[in-house]
Amino acid sequence: MTRILKYVAIDILKNKVVIAYAVMLALFSWSAFSLEDNAAKGVLTVLNIILLTVPLMSVLFATIYVYNSNEFIELLVSHPVKRSKIWKALFTGLALSMVAAYIVGAGIPLLIFADWDVALIMIAAGSLLSVIFVAVAFLSSIITRDKAKGIGISIMLWLYFALLFDGLVLFIFFQFSDYPVEKLVVMLSALSPVDLCRILILLRLDVSAMMGYTGAVFKNFFGTNTGLVLSFSLLLLWVLVPFYVSMRKFKKKDL
Amino acid sequence: MSIKLYYFIFILCISLAHTSYANVIYVGKGQRITTIKKALSVSYAGDTIIVKKGLYKEGNIIIDKAVCLLGEDRPVLDGELKYEVLSVKSDHVTISGFFIQNSGRGAMDDTGGIKVYDSRNVTIAGNELLNNYFGIYMQYTTHCIVKNNIIKASQKEENQSGNGIHCWKSDSLQIIGNKIEGHRDGIYFEFVTASVIWRNVAKYNLRYGLHFMFSHSNAYITNYFKSNGAGVAVMFTKKVVMMNNTFEENWGDAAYGVLFKELSDCYLSGNRFIRNTTGVFFDGSNRIIAERNLFQANGWGMRMQANCMDNTIRNNNFMGNTFDVATNGTLTLNHFSENFWDKYEGYDLNKDKIGDVPYHPLSLYAVIVEKNPPAMLLYRSFMIGLLDKSEKILPSLTPENFVDNKPRMGPYSL
Amino acid sequence: MIEVKNISKRFGKLKALDHLDLQLQKGECIALIGPNGCGKTTLIKCILGMVLPDEGEIIFDGKNIRNDDGYRRHIGYMPQIGRYPENMTIGHVLDMIKGIRNDSSLLDEDLYHRFEIAGMLDKRMRTLSGGTTQKVSAILAFLFSPKVLILDEPTAGLDPVAAEILKEKIISAKNEGRLILITSHLLSELEDIVSQVIFMQEGKLILHKDVTELKFVTGQNSIARSIIHLLKSES
Repeated sequence: MTRILKYVAIDILKNKVVIAYAVMLALFSWSAFSLEDNAAKGVLTVLNIILLTVPLMSVLFATIYVYNSNEFIELLVSHPVKRSKIWKALFTGLALSMVAAYIVGAGIPLLIFADWDVALIMIAAGSLLSVIFVAVAFLSSIITRDKAKGIGISIMLWLYFALLFDGLVLFIFFQFSDYPVEKLVVMLSALSPVDLCRILILLRLDVSAMMGYTGAVFKNFFGTNTGLVLSFSLLLLWVLVPFYVSMRKFKKKDL
Repeated sequence: MSIKLYYFIFILCISLAHTSYANVIYVGKGQRITTIKKALSVSYAGDTIIVKKGLYKEGNIIIDKAVCLLGEDRPVLDGELKYEVLSVKSDHVTISGFFIQNSGRGAMDDTGGIKVYDSRNVTIAGNELLNNYFGIYMQYTTHCIVKNNIIKASQKEENQSGNGIHCWKSDSLQIIGNKIEGHRDGIYFEFVTASVIWRNVAKYNLRYGLHFMFSHSNAYITNYFKSNGAGVAVMFTKKVVMMNNTFEENWGDAAYGVLFKELSDCYLSGNRFIRNTTGVFFDGSNRIIAERNLFQANGWGMRMQANCMDNTIRNNNFMGNTFDVATNGTLTLNHFSENFWDKYEGYDLNKDKIGDVPYHPLSLYAVIVEKNPPAMLLYRSFMIGLLDKSEKILPSLTPENFVDNKPRMGPYSL
Repeated sequence: MIEVKNISKRFGKLKALDHLDLQLQKGECIALIGPNGCGKTTLIKCILGMVLPDEGEIIFDGKNIRNDDGYRRHIGYMPQIGRYPENMTIGHVLDMIKGIRNDSSLLDEDLYHRFEIAGMLDKRMRTLSGGTTQKVSAILAFLFSPKVLILDEPTAGLDPVAAEILKEKIISAKNEGRLILITSHLLSELEDIVSQVIFMQEGKLILHKDVTELKFVTGQNSIARSIIHLLKSES
């Protein structure tokens, strides 16, 4: 498995799209930090990158890569190696590469310009989001054999998590504004990894506002050590569940 | 000259001699007098009583003569949690150099470490007060000085704790350079006028760092208020001047850098509001001028309720706040001008350092959160960014006259 | 060597394999032929474990292959179109497959030398022509001296010289007593290689015969003609 992983990772890291992605991230982050006179605004730019670009790139690139690797996967399957190993190697290779691209592109400027705790939580969140959306890509590419459909599903999932979900939550807020919905919303936010990451970062970035009454509800949930562990395990679940579902399907898939 | 006149001069001389050659009385172990009470009983107005190092448990010590009570090497006066330690009931008293601890806890008579009753020209300077119910309590006093005292308490519950410096119905006080920690309120004024509060530090108090009501025409200069349970709250007062104070890290839903409730004709300048949940909260406040203040990294830089009128907010820096300003209504009768807003995205073609397009500091999302606080959870999501941007281009929900027509391009150096 | 027992496979409405029974013996070189969509590829994929049949079983060397992947160490597979990750070099691919096999036995590097791949190890797969990619696939199929070789259109895309080398290699493999399964549309290509023919149509086995027997029965002198003759006589 390590041998497959090694060469898959090398293959992806040499991929022009991944290189372009890292360069683009670097370009945006560096310019955000050097053009703005205060680091907080640069952090916000990077935050938007994390919440939108990273999931989109991860899910799209991984989906396309898996479809393009169909014949390669067949070749591997014809050898005496467990399917689960192939799938894991492919996943790990993709996830590591996307994380590497993110850290090289956005992580370094974050470490240089932003406060340490903010930088670290953003690097962690961005990396986790990369991995999560690679897992989502694996799921959507196993659902259908049709590449176009698979890419479509990936984009829909991204659209849902990055944009629609927030709209949905906002809608719930307005519909149920007369009721105490904070707890419900906290639970809801666990249903979207993007929102979970955003809230974790928010608790570092807007700590003053988050200490207000409603903020304190979130702060008490996400901000404590248990909350932090809980949120990260939730995020981890977001990696494991889609990936394991996809692996179960892959084991039985006709290539 | 008549004989009568000679007599008069003679008596005058005698009495002058008496005051100008006042006695110094020493108190302490190995001295002729070992208790402060004894020393007080043998002293005359104008005497100085020097108390040597040691632990004094004398119950309630009442100072009813114009004496100067000085501690040498910090003698400890202990109230044994039963007594008011020092009660001042005379004008012209000076108390300095003592360590005063464990006053009684009487909620009925508001026991203090040092309590001054109906007196003038009392000076309380350079003392340390630890674990008293009230620290220094002034009632019906005028022209008194409370200076360089360190006042600490360590109660956990508000109702078990009195205020650090508590002043009631007083006038012309000087509260200077005191450090107050762990009391209910750091500095508390009620019906105190024409006083100056300068260079005090109030932090980690259970309720407010500074709290005053009906205390007109006071000046608060270069004080530091940090991490008090509910920040600073001031109410029902006119003509307050606040300059160069710092209000920092007051966190919580009901915690404010400063809460102005029903204040009018006040002047705020050079103050720094940093990392508070709300920097300044104006409620029913009118004709306040706030200029050259710094609002930085607050949740809400400034909240101005719709019941505020004719306030002028100018030449301030708003930087790194989650929301610069918020309000609860649609009508705005206040004036924003020439502030620096770090969220301003306009341009300055004529290079006069004033942005050419007006700035609407009230974001749509601030309005939404005001009505619907849990929506805070969605902050900084792309959806919200989109909403805010579209609102900036086509204002529909935010009040149109909530505007700074002359936003500064760069921050002031404050 | 390989027993295919009553296997069926559906893809949606399409019946790719319909109750197929086969016995494949070692030492044979078998041509798997039939029109497009007859189920050849599905059959190969079933044997390779890529496609899991709906019913029936495949016995390899006396063992059911279901839930087992160890048997594949005895198979060398050459796909019809080999597509490899773009940025891997030939060297990477060879090294990776060697790593997967982890075979300590002697490697059969005959084709590797005859195709003169050694000088191209640093070339990326993306930059290779179809023929060179096929060469890499062929090398991989023969590299571990497997007991069974499954070759899907092996000569398609190869230049005549390379095709000839590969044919020789196949013949020598047959002579060594291995089982070889070849699919091809070019029956003339297979003429002098194959010893048996399997003809499939719509997922069903139409015939499975020795070449000599086939020619004798039909009275034709080439496989292609025999088949055509057979089909005509049937209809």
